[in-house]
Order: sequence, then C-alpha cells, then structure tokens
Amino acid sequence: MTESLHAEWTKLRTLASTFWLLLAAAAVTVAVSAAAAAAVRCPSGGCADDPAKISLTGIDLGQAVVAVLAVMAVSGEYGTGMIRLTLTATPRRLTVLAAKAAVLTCLVLAAGTVAVLGSLLAGGLILPGHGIGPSHGYPAISAGDGPVLRAGFGSVLYLALIAMLSLGAATAMREAAVAIGAVLGLLYVLPIIAVFAGNATLSRHLEQIAPMTAGLAIQATTGLNGLPISPWAGLGVLAAWAAGALVLGGLLLRSRDA
Amino acid sequence: MTAIVSSRTQAGPGRAGFARLLHAEWTKFRTVRGWVIAVIVAVLVTVLLGLFIGSHSHVAPCTTGPNGPACRYVIPTGPGGESVTDTFYFVHRRLTGDGSITAEVTSLTEVTESSQTLNGRPVRTKPAVVPWSKAGLIITAGAGQGSAYAAVMVTGRHGTRMQWNYTGDTPGLAGRVSAASPRWLRLTRAGDVITGYDSAGGTRWTKIGTVTLPGLAQTIQAGLFATSPGGTQRTSQGVTSASGTAAATDATATFDRVGLHGGWPGSSWTGTSLHGGPDSPYVTGHEAGYRREGGGFTVTGSGDIAPDVTDGVPIDTLLAGLFIALVAVLVAGAQFMTAEYRRGLIRATLAASPRRGQALAAKAVVLGAVTFAAGLAAAAGAVLIGIPLLRASGNPVYPATALTEVRLIAGTAALAAVFAVFALAVGAIVRHGAGAVAVAITAVILPYLLTAAIPVLPAGAADWVLRVTPAAGFAIRQVIPAYRQVAASYTPSTDFFPLAPWTGLAVTCAWAALALALAAHFLRRRDA
Repeated sequence: MTESLHAEWTKLRTLASTFWLLLAAAAVTVAVSAAAAAAVRCPSGGCADDPAKISLTGIDLGQAVVAVLAVMAVSGEYGTGMIRLTLTATPRRLTVLAAKAAVLTCLVLAAGTVAVLGSLLAGGLILPGHGIGPSHGYPAISAGDGPVLRAGFGSVLYLALIAMLSLGAATAMREAAVAIGAVLGLLYVLPIIAVFAGNATLSRHLEQIAPMTAGLAIQATTGLNGLPISPWAGLGVLAAWAAGALVLGGLLLRSRDA
Repeated sequence: MTAIVSSRTQAGPGRAGFARLLHAEWTKFRTVRGWVIAVIVAVLVTVLLGLFIGSHSHVAPCTTGPNGPACRYVIPTGPGGESVTDTFYFVHRRLTGDGSITAEVTSLTEVTESSQTLNGRPVRTKPAVVPWSKAGLIITAGAGQGSAYAAVMVTGRHGTRMQWNYTGDTPGLAGRVSAASPRWLRLTRAGDVITGYDSAGGTRWTKIGTVTLPGLAQTIQAGLFATSPGGTQRTSQGVTSASGTAAATDATATFDRVGLHGGWPGSSWTGTSLHGGPDSPYVTGHEAGYRREGGGFTVTGSGDIAPDVTDGVPIDTLLAGLFIALVAVLVAGAQFMTAEYRRGLIRATLAASPRRGQALAAKAVVLGAVTFAAGLAAAAGAVLIGIPLLRASGNPVYPATALTEVRLIAGTAALAAVFAVFALAVGAIVRHGAGAVAVAITAVILPYLLTAAIPVLPAGAADWVLRVTPAAGFAIRQVIPAYRQVAASYTPSTDFFPLAPWTGLAVTCAWAALALALAAHFLRRRDA
C-alpha cells in the first residue's frame, strides 16, 4: 500500500495540471465567494441572509474544478493507456483505487482549507460593509463560532467528498468527458428538477437526496429549521453518494479489462 | 471513418466541398453509438419527465391569498387570452348608446386588513399606501369575469391612468390625489370607441387615450369602481408556488360631482361586488360597499383589475427534463470535437479539409441541426402532451397563446442547438474532454442554478448574471409576461427573466459565436 501511495503521489505531483487545478479550485472559490458577498445589499438590516453561507458561495463553482481534478486522476490514465502499466505494477486493483482516493483526499483537503479560509476571510471583511455584520445583529464570521466552524469545516469535507464521488464515477465510466458530465449533471441538475418536481413533498425528498443540496446544508448557520435536511445528515447523504460511487467504481475496476 | 476521409482527398473548396464535409461530419456523428444513444435518451427523458410533471403536479388545494385562504378555483381569462384578476367594487348604471360620465376624485386611501379578531371583524391598521390601488370610472362590456372594459382611474402611487382589457395601460397626470389636488376623470363612449380624459381643475381636459372595444353591446354597465391589490407574491418557481401570505388591502375613494351625459335610462345606482366566487383568492374585502352623500359617492373595494401573474402553473414547468437533456447535449457537443483530438482523427480531418474553419463550420452545422431536431421533438412532446395532463390532474394552467407555445418549443430546441455548438467550440479551444465539458456545464447550467433554482445570489446580482452569461438564453422559457401595472416579485427565482425571450437567446448566440470565432482562430494557429 505504501508503494501504491507513493506511486499515486508521484503521478499526481508530476502532472502540471494537478497544481493548476488545485490552485484554480481555491482561487475560483474565493473569487466567487467574494463576488457574492459584494453583491449582497441589506441597507436597513433585517435581511434573512446567512453570512457564513454567502461567504461560502464559491464552493458551488469550486466543486466543479475539484471534480475535474478527481476525474482526471483516473480518466487521464485511461486516455494515455497508463492504466495498464499501473495495474501491471499493482495487480491488486482496489489498492490502486484506495491509494488514488487517499492521495486525492489529502490534496483536496489542503486546497479546500485554503479556499474556505480565504472565502470566510473575504466574507468577514466585505459583508459588514453591506449591512450584514455584528453591528447589524448578525453573528460575526469567526473561527470561534460553533456554527461557522461547522460550516467551514463541513465545506472542506464537502469538497473532499465531491472528489471521492468524481473518482468513483470516473473509475466506473472511464471516459473523462462522460464522467464529468455525469458528476456535474448529478450535482447541478438534480436541484433544478427538484424545483420543478410538481409537488412540495416530492421536491423536498429530491432536495434531501440530491448530493449538492443535501451536502451544502452543512453551510447553513441560520434558519436550520427551514432546511430540507439537517447539516450533518446532509453531508452524510453526500458521503453515501461518494461511497456508492467508489464501490461501483471498485467493482467495475476489478471485473473489467483495463 | 477512415474510408470517408480517404474519399475526401480530391474535394476542392466551394459548395460541393462543404456539402461533402457536412456528409463526413454527419457520418462521424451517427456512427458513434454513444452520441446517438445520448440524443435519444435526452429526448426520451425530456418527454417522460414532462409527462410525469403533467400527471403528478399537484398545486396545493388551498393557498393563502391576500384576502384569506382560497381554494382551487377557475382563473378568469381576459379578452386577450391571458389570466386575469377581475375583482372590484362597482357602483353602476345602465348606459344605452353613446354617453359620458365625469367625476371629481378628491381622495383615495387604503387600509390593511392584517387579521381578523375573535368576533370576525378585520383588524384595520394604519393607512398603507398600495402603489396600484385603483379607483375611478369604468365601462364594462359584460358582467362575467374577464369581460372587456375601459377605465380611467387614480392610483396609489402611479398617478392618473387609463387602463383597458387588463393589459392596456397609459399614464395620465402624475401625482397623488388629495382634497387639495383633486383629479377630474371623464370617460366617453361613442359606438365601440371609449375615450378617457383627465383634468386637474375640471376645466382644461387632457385626452389620455382612446380604446376600441369591438362588438360592444348597445346597453352596457358603467359607473364608479374601487379596488386594491394585496401584496401577493410568487414564492417559488413552478407548480410548487403558492400565493404568499400578504395582507389584503381596501381602497376607499371619494367621488364628487358625478355628472352623466347621454343615454343613461333609469335613475338608480346599484352597488355590486365583482369577484371570481367565494373560492377566489381575491374577494372584494370586508368593508366593500358604497355610500351616497349628495352628489358624491364613497366607494370601498379590494382586489384588482389586472393580469394575474401569480396563480396558475406556467407551461415551461413541463420542460424540466431539458436540463438533464442539456447535460447529455453538452457532453456530446464537446466530445464531437475533443474525441478527434484524443484519437488523432483530427489530423485526418484537417488533412482532408485544409481549410480548418470549414471543418469546424461543418461540425457546428451538423451538431446544431441534430440537436435542434431532437430538441424540437423533445419539447413538442413534453409540452403538447403535458398540458392536457396538467389540466386533467386539476392544476390551474396559466393560459399561453399558440404563438407562445410555438416560441417555447422552437426556442427551447434552438437553445439546445446553440448550447451544443457552444460546447463544440469550447471543445475545440480546450481540446480536452473533461475540461471542455466542465467549462460548458458550469457556464450554462450553474448560472441558472444559482439565480433561479436555488437563488443564493441576491436579486440584483442574479439579474446581471442572467443578462451576461450564456445562461441568458433560458429567458426563452418565460411564458408569463411581467406587467408594470402589477406589483409582483419579478425575479429569476419566480420564473421572470431580466431579458426578453429572444434577446436572451441572442446573448447565448453571441457567446456561441464568440466561442466559435476563438475556436476557428486556435484551430488555424495551432498544430493539431
């Protein structure tokens, strides 16, 4: 396993795209979060806005970059034929997948931490100037605040779970474009379908099982009663999706020719 | 595929050459099983989801309207075929043949009925200003809900206006009416032509507008009216929407020196509460009625005479499956280009067509045509079969004209085609499948998701996002027009887009054109 980890780490580390994608994930997340915070206007106070959630809006876009990174970690090998070499070197195929998952998780956790800290910092600086700050009766965005800590820590975990979901999907589908289409479709389209679903009960159930709406419940620090699913349960739903994708990918990896 | 490429080597430039390029690209598309399956699945998913929504939609049987809970009722339809609210208090007389009515309005005040006390009486709170409270003179073509009419009126915040047939609206004098600055109103009828005038002092009259109500009967009802809309809002998109819990308001207007000229037989005024029945979300209010004092009247009413944009299921709801189909279309569109790079086929393609722009154009035409045809089949199926299903399951469907249905179906197909070409161009720029698909999906679907479906962006920012991103084209879905004379929440999350349908589509086309131009540039400059 140690050799596998080392091999996967070397493969990812030596790809120029890995560094750039991680940088892009963090940069895009912070940029969109700052833009969202700057766009909020609450001149007279009393808005139903959630300061932490607004500050973490960039995760919505950053997850797409993370998904690309995770998909490329597998599909890139299929595209170049490298996968045959990898599987010859490590015939225990699940070990390969586990090593990839471990290395990827570490990288995404690191980039995600930077992204989340940057976003919360930007939100904490920008929001009070737009009527959403401690002087307007909103909780301050600080690491000492329990719900904010949960939102920030949860968002980092969210990105890591998105990486796992994408890794599993890519292992199952192999083709990069199809895998990324499936992952982003699942993330972005299911919430739209939930809106149009036709009746309130069905909409709510869809929001509870859609990986994005359920997983991002972790970002809520106000109005928890109005959420379709409680924060940690929501992240659990996303974890279930990721686990399911990894299991499916692992089974197919074991049973198929590379 | 290689056979086609080798047969192409003799083809020169020109029309015949381009036709052969088209044929080559069409062959490439139809022989990749995954893409054909993706297109077929996209069509099926769109149609089936449309049918599912049509048969499983369930608008809550009772919603909280501005005048209390309202249960399922028939939304009236105006002369132009649109959904309307036709609720007001009417103090009227018969008018036979030509004639005119004149009155001086000296006040218009509103109260909010916020709730009811134990003994059933409404609690009246401090006077509220309702921007579109209305009182004035009206000529109606009939007594039924949604009848044709023409009216001149004073309003809460929008000055004097002439309005007709629910959607027509022309401003007159500005300013709020008061005893110190009264407003004189006049409505004249000559045949089926109605003319509205206003005046600040009753001597110098200004014509606001002239309206023809075709087929107006010889004897009609005309007189004074008052009405005041509650602040009802669409709370969410699609069929899960319910009227917001907005307080009902009553408007009371004082009319002095009511003067009649022409054929007004009889001598008695009648007061009538016009509304869509006890189940309508609008009733004319607890205080509705009128009092006569000398030559003057005090009239109180609640409701609105205007288009209804808040009730009823918009038919674009049936096209929810489009978003799933779009993912398939964007993946296939990007891959149509990036697969050539991955397999090295691009070198053969460009050897056969040294004019690289033409090769790209041929791909765009084939992809656009295939997606448009598939989109047409999918949208037509979902909408045309979905509407009867939606009605059959008891949902109030927002009426759409045939032209609107055609625009929705053809526009959706065009939108899918333009998005596909956009993805193709991104594929040619990025040359990498995963990157191209990720860029295309985040550029097309994410802006819509964040502004309309789960609105995390504030309304002003959301409007800008839907003006400038490729997602602007989703405006083609809007089937309920936004009316300035109806105060409602016109935001993307309530199915109202900042750009007009075709303008929005033009923005998306501009993005696709820009991406194609960049793609052609890079295709020429870079080695394949």
